[in-house]
Amino acid sequence: MSIEARFEINKGDFKLDVDLNIPATGVTSLLGPSGCGKTTLLRAIAGLEKSQAGYLNVAGDIWQNADQFVPPHKRPLGYVFQESSLFAHINVRSNIEYGYRRLAEPERKISLDKAIELSGVGHLLERKPGTLSGGERQRVAIARALAVSPGILLMDEPLAALDAARKQEILPYLESMHDELDIPIIYVSHSTDEVARLADHLVLLDKGKVIAFGATAEMLTRLDLPLARGADAEALIEAVVAGHDDEYSLTYLDFPGGRFTVTQKPLEIGKTVRLRVVARDVSLTLEHQADTSILNIFPVIIDELIPVGSSQLTVRLLANDVPLLSKVTRKSAALLGLETGKKVYAQAKSVALLA
Amino acid sequence: MNRKKIMILKLLVALALMLSSSLSYAAEIRIAVASNFTRAMMGLVQQFEADTGHKVKLVFGSTGKHYAQIKNGAPFDAFFAADMKRPKLLEDEGLAVPDSRFSYALGRLVLWSPETGYVDSAGKVLSDGSYYHLAIANPKLAPYGRAAKEVLQSRGLWKAMKGRAVRGENIGQAFQFVHSGNAELGFVAYSQVKYPGQSIIGSYWEVPQTLYSPILQQAVVLKDTAVTRAFIKYIKSKPALEIIQDYGYDVP
Amino acid sequence: MFNEADLTALAITLKLAGVTTLILLLLGTPLAWWMARSRWRYKFLLEAVVALPLVLPPTVLGFYLLITLGPHGPVGGLMESLGGRPLAFTFTGLVIGSVIYSMPFVIQPLQNAFEAIGRRPLEVAATLRASPLDRFFTVAMPLARPGFLTAAVLGFAHTLGEFGVVLMIGGNIPGETQVVSIAIYDHVEGMEYAHAHWLSAGLLLLSFLMLLTVYGLNRRFRIMQS
Repeated sequence: MSIEARFEINKGDFKLDVDLNIPATGVTSLLGPSGCGKTTLLRAIAGLEKSQAGYLNVAGDIWQNADQFVPPHKRPLGYVFQESSLFAHINVRSNIEYGYRRLAEPERKISLDKAIELSGVGHLLERKPGTLSGGERQRVAIARALAVSPGILLMDEPLAALDAARKQEILPYLESMHDELDIPIIYVSHSTDEVARLADHLVLLDKGKVIAFGATAEMLTRLDLPLARGADAEALIEAVVAGHDDEYSLTYLDFPGGRFTVTQKPLEIGKTVRLRVVARDVSLTLEHQADTSILNIFPVIIDELIPVGSSQLTVRLLANDVPLLSKVTRKSAALLGLETGKKVYAQAKSVALLA
Repeated sequence: MNRKKIMILKLLVALALMLSSSLSYAAEIRIAVASNFTRAMMGLVQQFEADTGHKVKLVFGSTGKHYAQIKNGAPFDAFFAADMKRPKLLEDEGLAVPDSRFSYALGRLVLWSPETGYVDSAGKVLSDGSYYHLAIANPKLAPYGRAAKEVLQSRGLWKAMKGRAVRGENIGQAFQFVHSGNAELGFVAYSQVKYPGQSIIGSYWEVPQTLYSPILQQAVVLKDTAVTRAFIKYIKSKPALEIIQDYGYDVP
Repeated sequence: MFNEADLTALAITLKLAGVTTLILLLLGTPLAWWMARSRWRYKFLLEAVVALPLVLPPTVLGFYLLITLGPHGPVGGLMESLGGRPLAFTFTGLVIGSVIYSMPFVIQPLQNAFEAIGRRPLEVAATLRASPLDRFFTVAMPLARPGFLTAAVLGFAHTLGEFGVVLMIGGNIPGETQVVSIAIYDHVEGMEYAHAHWLSAGLLLLSFLMLLTVYGLNRRFRIMQS
């Protein structure tokens, strides 16, 4: 199942011209600088933006082609806008029920209770939107979109208008939604951070065009893309909880390239988690060092090197085909004789558990 | 002095000159005239101005409004009303020059339609005709309206006419209702349809004066000046009376 | 205080204002909606036409209506050829005149209210399965509620005070086309100043109370929604 989208939209001096084929599962993030056309693309998928020429096939249903244009209200989608845009004249409960009431009985796959529970807004139901905080409003908007049992969920930077603390308040809800509902999500963002936490696939946009598409872990570490070259370049690794060491309060996480040891987290054994390893925190050695405090050391093969600025290199590593990134100085690279195909050891100073 | 100040000064001087020039017309009088007498009065004034060189400024309007304005200090030299009630009131209230009140014209009522052959010469159409609206002037306010009401009453039609009689605020409006065709016929002033030296357009019934009390139009002098006196004297003269008759009025 | 004719005039006036307001809300809502949303480049022409009664002397409007509705005018001619009766001097004629005369007072507040909503709430509703008509009734109308209140009261109050148009096309028929403003005029002309006072004061009080209601309620809406 996939989503096929071709759009050509002219808006004065801006032109969106995309031809996409993305999987209709998991979270696909549209990432790019502001003005790159990611919101326009999302609106076109929802039918809120009319394109001169367009084709849209969502999991086998034609939503738009040369002959027809399914109006937005007939597309089985949920949409969360950047600002929550709750209806000011009705209370939270009525907001959430607005779309739900318009569904035929068999279409109601997600119950109101479920939508409310997943968004954690049960205590707000009788309030008016005007009395809610920014984070609460956005959660109500998410519940409202979920309550239409969407076949696909479109989210336009739902966290952009919120401060860091509010974002942390909402991200867990988004994650549990992702985990519990089998709804494909297209998520517009300009924050690599959010994307690393949530996205399975990534569409990189710039100046109205798609510059790359692929699995998030792959995209983050592709040296031909801007993501891996930035100062905050990072790798994303999926790992499975293997066990806990209660004596030292540690948790072991296995991935194809080895085993991560992190401080103990209350995680079920067998659960899949996401780890973020920042390129700055990965150093390279030629030998497996035993006399070091670093626990996370993996044998890797150098896949590719690329200069960043005049003094640094970004090195793409493969740990049993799982990509990792490392930032080293040019001088170290020369001293160690780093080159493609060379076997080295990667030492990860710190690892962040994303979920 | 800068240029701006000089400009302002020039403007002030120009303004002062304008004001003084308008004040210097000493031989001008101002007269309030009932609307129905508009055309006749214009004919009269033209003649008077040509004869004497004096200027007469005319202000036309409803007699009720003129009366209210005069009571509130409007600067008229004479008042030609549509009835005798208001001039009499002004006299009683001491606002008119004593013994100046006189009748200058006698209104004639006609039932008129712009359509030829619509109104018969006996006014039978009133009871026989199928029409939606009969225009009259407001009987409460206008002498012609009062007269029309009397005619309808004498024919026993007044009650039956309740929903069909449309009432203009004055005889001018009643005429407009008929003229525009919105009312098929109406009681109007003979002076409204009679133009000097022309035959009357449409059909009409000249209502016998026995059917309504006389529409006596009276005037009073409000300010006794030489020019006013000359004007009143002219109005009472034979040539003036002939002009008034030409415009469709009887003279007392 | 009030004689029977005055009370009849008052009833006719209220009926006229009510019917006019109702018609204007029914016709004006879709028009105002269209004007608020359309990007048609010649929209300004229509806006100018709608605003015309604001600046036009009512007598001009009344005069042209008298001519248009008369048997020689386009509307009157049509009515006559269809076997209908002329509209001048009828309550229906007055309603037509008042609808035109009070049009900007209803349409402009509605248009402003619709414009103030913006597109976003309607887009949200569209993504929540609401059809265009559904969005209009469940989102646009409730959000524009203060605008509707303002429009209704201004339309009503403005029709109450109508004089020039009625004077021209009403014909002052008691029980059918004689409204309060004309009755007041007649009282003044007839020097029945006490009657004129009572009616005038009544009209003044009524108008003021209605405006008071609008401003008071709009203030409450603002507080509720902020």
